[in-house]
Amino acid sequence: MAYYYNEMYDADGSVRPHYRRYAEWLDTTSPERIARKRAEGDLAFRRVGITFAVYGEEAGKERLIPFDIIPRIIPAAEWSDMAAGLRQRVKALNAFLHDIYHDQEILEAGHIPAEQVLNNGQYRPEMKGVEVPGQIYAHIAGVDVVRAGAGEFYVLEDNLRVPSGVSYMIEDRKMMMRLFPELFARHKVAPVQHYPDLLLDNLRAVAPVGVSDPTCVVLTPGAYNSAYFEHTFLAQQMGVELVEGRDLFVKDDTVYMRTTQGPKRVDVIYRRVDDDFLDPEAFRPDSMIGVPGLLRACKAGRVTLANAIGTGVADDKSIYPYVPEMIRFYLGEEPILNNVPTYMCRKPGDLDYVLAHLPELVVKEVHGAGGYGMLVGPAATRDEIEHFRKLLKARPEGYIAQPTLALSNCPTFVERGIAPRHLDLRPFVLSGNGIQMVPGGLTRVALREGSLVVNSSQGGGTKDTWVLED
Amino acid sequence: MLSRTADHLFWMSRYVERAENLARLLDVTWQMSMVPQSLEAANQNWYAVIVLNSLEETFARKYSEVNADNVLRFMVSDPDNPASLYSCLRLGRENAHAVRGTITAEMWETLNSTWLELRAQSYEQLTANGPGDFFEWVKIKSSLIRGVTIGTMLQDEAYHFIRLGTLLERADNTARILDVKYHVLKPKGEEGTSDFYQWGALLRSVSAFEVYRKTYRAVINPERVAELLILQPDMPRSLLFCLKGVVKNLELVANDQSGETLRRAGQLYCEIRYVRIEDILEHGLHEYLTDFMDRIYDLGNGISRDFLVPVATPIAEAA
Repeated sequence: MAYYYNEMYDADGSVRPHYRRYAEWLDTTSPERIARKRAEGDLAFRRVGITFAVYGEEAGKERLIPFDIIPRIIPAAEWSDMAAGLRQRVKALNAFLHDIYHDQEILEAGHIPAEQVLNNGQYRPEMKGVEVPGQIYAHIAGVDVVRAGAGEFYVLEDNLRVPSGVSYMIEDRKMMMRLFPELFARHKVAPVQHYPDLLLDNLRAVAPVGVSDPTCVVLTPGAYNSAYFEHTFLAQQMGVELVEGRDLFVKDDTVYMRTTQGPKRVDVIYRRVDDDFLDPEAFRPDSMIGVPGLLRACKAGRVTLANAIGTGVADDKSIYPYVPEMIRFYLGEEPILNNVPTYMCRKPGDLDYVLAHLPELVVKEVHGAGGYGMLVGPAATRDEIEHFRKLLKARPEGYIAQPTLALSNCPTFVERGIAPRHLDLRPFVLSGNGIQMVPGGLTRVALREGSLVVNSSQGGGTKDTWVLED
Repeated sequence: MLSRTADHLFWMSRYVERAENLARLLDVTWQMSMVPQSLEAANQNWYAVIVLNSLEETFARKYSEVNADNVLRFMVSDPDNPASLYSCLRLGRENAHAVRGTITAEMWETLNSTWLELRAQSYEQLTANGPGDFFEWVKIKSSLIRGVTIGTMLQDEAYHFIRLGTLLERADNTARILDVKYHVLKPKGEEGTSDFYQWGALLRSVSAFEVYRKTYRAVINPERVAELLILQPDMPRSLLFCLKGVVKNLELVANDQSGETLRRAGQLYCEIRYVRIEDILEHGLHEYLTDFMDRIYDLGNGISRDFLVPVATPIAEAA
């Protein structure tokens, strides 16, 4: 039986210091009251319509993301270490993106094989030599962090394209405060609800040169996107327009939105549309949700896209193993946060090892996301393993493998009482006006017993995340 | 405001208003069907609902026979009928969903829960207490949505487009109800006892029975009913009242290119404002209402062109 670090209890079964007050409260609160409050929470989430659509299910069907009322608590000291590590990492990733779209020093120096970057499907040659304000590419990063082993943190992946989930972080906090106000009187929980303010601040900071009072918008693929609720939420909270591709048009390399009072210039676009669909003139010509000419406007420096086009190359699973190298190369520092050891199946030696150890490893598609197309060896059936063996042999460069991490767990309400469930953490790191974040992030929890996959599309839930101020 | 946002708001309110008026129309048809009459006449009245909505073909594809049950099923809960109550409330909710950041949380919750409640039930469940109760439910929900809108929304551009949608749709719908029922009811010289009930039902369908009594203090007579529904300036469902609101809201949202639409709306309003019911009836009520509905349709197109889906992208140095 593997050892799993428990967020609430130490190895002897005593409550960790930062959970003591919560544990006392849980012991002294009647199960009836908790049951009532949990039902109240579900109802409120449904009524407000905090839902997400699941791909592959009936079109337009919306599902609630289960919310667990036991918070994930992080002591201030632990958070400040993690925050320093996140800052460092995102800074290096932005430096890397600027470098590979300009002088490519890191490739010249031989730290990363050039073909790994330049032949990557996510590398956008169109962005070569394009200047973006502040040399920032990834304005919003959702870095997935897990705790494993004896309690150390690992970065699982850097999401630099259109990371989602921040609205749940805020709604979870609102819900927790609504259901259990007394808990917030007992704990000094660092607030997170000002995230939209920070976001707007960072978006305004990267406006095109010469624009003093920029018009920012949120660009959504539309109401059927799985994260549409979040797009609406952020636009509303920031007080900016939520636009779809058809609301925008480009004329003379300038982006305008169609309004009831005529065209209005747009300066900064927080886009929640993938690169491929962003501009049918430059990328997929069949995209119905993009804006023809957006890339041109971007290259002309007349509009800023957040995140910039071409960030996907830096969060690609085949580039991930090199992030520690980037930190050393650009910042001259040692990485604060650990990387998970990664086998790159394109290397014959690694592939042999992976094929020989499939039942112990997690295999991921290099370009995959959302927990789709991955194999968790220890939990897989023999058929699943054999299926992946074939996939790996057929297209080894499409996969990486990592040891199965013993993800930490946390007590969670399940059908029969409270039981430990595995979790991760996605802090949101904003760049533009320096590097900013709200303490904590979104905690996702795998609700199925033993499951290590926390993605909401795979039946994961969320918890409120508390960073306790000293 | 984004043109698309205005478009969704406009159509959100149009669909909700349309649902309400359809419920009113079905309700009056249901009420009238209980007055003794031949089966043929009754079925004709039901078929008029189909004709009114230009749904003859869609209906014929699904049903071989015209009768109360088939028409009600078709108009209440048939998802394949784009004009059914089901479809109207679905489209109202979909439009609201697309702009839920612009409307208030209360509005969204009211619209969403109405739709969820409707969707969860079969036709049999919806009409378990007779269709009358269900029509009442639709009317109350529509009133609730309108009330929440008025009670919670900032009276800005978004609000004006919502009101514009409501009033334009209602003008059209009242004209339709009057047209189809007047047609059926207008007696050729003879006056039967059933007429009192029939005209009463029509007035009730637009919540105007008491208003009629208060205004005329006389027996119900078709000319007065027409006068009330067209020309009474203070009755919230009269054509005059609706047009007045359309003009007012158009003025509030006016832009560089909306002058012609506003002029047409103003002209229509003035004509109704100063016309006499005798002149309308002499000209022919049906012709008058048909012309009116055409002009409402034209106004809808004008609003679309000017504000909602600008086809060209004229840039008058916007930056």
